[in-house]
Amino acid sequence: MISALLALALAAGPPFPLPPLPVQDTTKGRAVYEKWCAGCHGDTGAGDGPAAAYMLPRPRNFTGAVYKIRTTASGQLPTDADLMHAIDEGLPGSAMPAWKGRLSDAERRDVMAYLKTFSSFFTDTSQHVVALKFGNEPGGGSAPEALKAGRLFYDSIGCRKCHGDQGRGDGPSAPTLKDDAGFPIYAADLHQSWRFRGGASVADVYRRLRTGLDGTPMPSFSDLIEQKFLTDEQLWRLAQYVRSLSPVRTPEVRDVIHAPRVAGPLPAAPGDSAWARVDRYWFPLVGQVIRKLRWFAPAVSGVWVQAVHDGKAVAVRVSWDDRSPSPDTAWLGFERRVRETVAGDDSGAGPPGGLWPDQLAVQFPRRIPEGMERPYFLMGSETDAVYQWRWTSAPSGGRAVAGLSRGLERFDTLPTAPAVAVTYDHGEWRVVFTRSLATPDTANELQFETGRAIPVAFFAWDGSSGEHGTRMAVSTWYFLALDQPTPSRVLVTPMVAMLLTLGLGIVVVRRAQRRQA
Amino acid sequence: MRRAMLAVVCGLFVMASAKERRADPQGGATVTGKIKFTGTKPANPKIDMSEEPKCKAKYQAPPTEEIVVVNPNGTLANVFVYVKAGLPATYKAPAPAGAVTLDQDGCRYHPHVLGTMVGQNLEIKNSDGILHNIKAKGTKNRPFNISQPTTMTSTRTFTAPEVMVPLECNVHGWMHAWLGVLPHPFYAVSGADGNFSIKGLPPGTYTIEGWHEKYGTQTATVTVAGSETKTQDFTFAAK
Repeated sequence: MISALLALALAAGPPFPLPPLPVQDTTKGRAVYEKWCAGCHGDTGAGDGPAAAYMLPRPRNFTGAVYKIRTTASGQLPTDADLMHAIDEGLPGSAMPAWKGRLSDAERRDVMAYLKTFSSFFTDTSQHVVALKFGNEPGGGSAPEALKAGRLFYDSIGCRKCHGDQGRGDGPSAPTLKDDAGFPIYAADLHQSWRFRGGASVADVYRRLRTGLDGTPMPSFSDLIEQKFLTDEQLWRLAQYVRSLSPVRTPEVRDVIHAPRVAGPLPAAPGDSAWARVDRYWFPLVGQVIRKLRWFAPAVSGVWVQAVHDGKAVAVRVSWDDRSPSPDTAWLGFERRVRETVAGDDSGAGPPGGLWPDQLAVQFPRRIPEGMERPYFLMGSETDAVYQWRWTSAPSGGRAVAGLSRGLERFDTLPTAPAVAVTYDHGEWRVVFTRSLATPDTANELQFETGRAIPVAFFAWDGSSGEHGTRMAVSTWYFLALDQPTPSRVLVTPMVAMLLTLGLGIVVVRRAQRRQA
Repeated sequence: MRRAMLAVVCGLFVMASAKERRADPQGGATVTGKIKFTGTKPANPKIDMSEEPKCKAKYQAPPTEEIVVVNPNGTLANVFVYVKAGLPATYKAPAPAGAVTLDQDGCRYHPHVLGTMVGQNLEIKNSDGILHNIKAKGTKNRPFNISQPTTMTSTRTFTAPEVMVPLECNVHGWMHAWLGVLPHPFYAVSGADGNFSIKGLPPGTYTIEGWHEKYGTQTATVTVAGSETKTQDFTFAAK
């Protein structure tokens, strides 16, 4: 507020000589910075702390004063409020956490003031810092006409060049993208708004379109409005369209996948319309950082899972966003840059580059546990193997096997594999595994049963991000529950109880009324 | 009405600038020279423009990048030659009112290397009519990144001397240009004949630097007096 008033006063021109601005004491901010920030951002603010080498995107380098998330025009410094917002809320989809609640208001303000000392641009009085004026979002944003209009601009202003036809960051220019420091950068997957660095709302998206994300390939579209190539409303429509690609709400993680029992044939193809009626579950994946070689920058941030059964067989559909159907030579350069940027391990050595395939593993215990005891989640152990379905995108068309995993190093393929059907569609893999609930090999293969909590876990590899072997994305154990057919008494009993209660209630009320009369 | 007034004001500005330019020290000295090149010229990478049929159609032969452009006479083009030091501390030059133009045509920048003065307008033109973004990656100047998805012109200025500000398009990873920003008008870019000429220099001893995007820099010291012309060649060798 005070700074806004001051800015106003300065803009109007000082009617009297202003006293020199007080030099802010940054001692406190420095102490906070050194304790909480320097580990990633480095002692000199150059974004080169000890943890930086394990991150993609890399921590911000403060020395250039170039910030992605601003309310100012491209090329301008951020406002203090912009910096505070990044500190308070963090940058979703990156390693930067929200500091609100972890640091006091004063600590956060102090550290913000200290960040500014890393660049002389902040003391350069010729720099203009003016927050752009953003109007209000026009209504009707979720109406089909509005989204159609937004899609029109998505095409006409070339968003697909980087973000791809369906917005999953798989456009033709995507494999060539680097940030200003030369590090590889992914075009945002517009289907995961909860990972947007500057926030997930339509207004957030609109602001990013106006300001651009400085230091990245994402440009500002403000010139288009100033030159009347696009109206402000049209840019809002585009923002609404972009937002519509993601779920309305950030997907919450639910522990149990309910697989309804369906009559008739199971939907074995990923594109079967029956899947549209089945609830989908989101499971976040994280880098495998337990065993060497560790991997800190997983490309697959999570998987969507659906399952159905018909009493005889189960079908599990797993879909996830992946910018290329690996192996893909167009992404070789990108893969090399990822390997050069992200330290794979403390030793610095990593597996050689190459045309790795994309992979997925769905993991179960060998038999449904009676208690809470489950095999080790990270691909089992020597003494307690896990039963896995593994799918790989190469050779072309893909291949699925079942096997027993006894830790990260050992996988023994079993003779029978589940049936698998796969499609790759504009940045998304969709894989459906189908298997009989019961099989002859009861010693090695999980025997699915209805009405039981069956542990399940997921692993994914993106070949074109250099993921292979232990460099992968992992989940913890969740559960799969095949719904039992609902016995008729489950439906009838509550109805009878309800009617009885109602009847009794009426009798009681009538009696009371009669007594009063 | 407003537009008419704007036009009048613009007209006045143009007239004023014309006058100013005439007032430039045309009588000063000139440093001219040739950019020689020795060794085997490297091949520039070919550009795959199949994603951009509109650009691809503008070329008969497959286009290449312009990292090293050796002229038919064996000289080197796209060398930015400028006065690096030697001007009196009191020397002041106003930014000319005329703009410098950078055109995006055939998914390449024209020119590939250019100079501008601090405060002078740089007009960034999109003649292709397809999506380009223009990212300026200065460190002394604020970096910016603007989108031009259609035939249009955007104007930007630079606030601090910087040799060079890299310009690039991220939609087309092969598109690079280099902008020299100086507080004075004493710079030139070697052209198709490999020659350069810096005119109107006040008498003095200058450090002249030639900059090339692949071969780095060469410097020379030149002393000029009156309205004389001195020749100073530079030689860049293939690496």
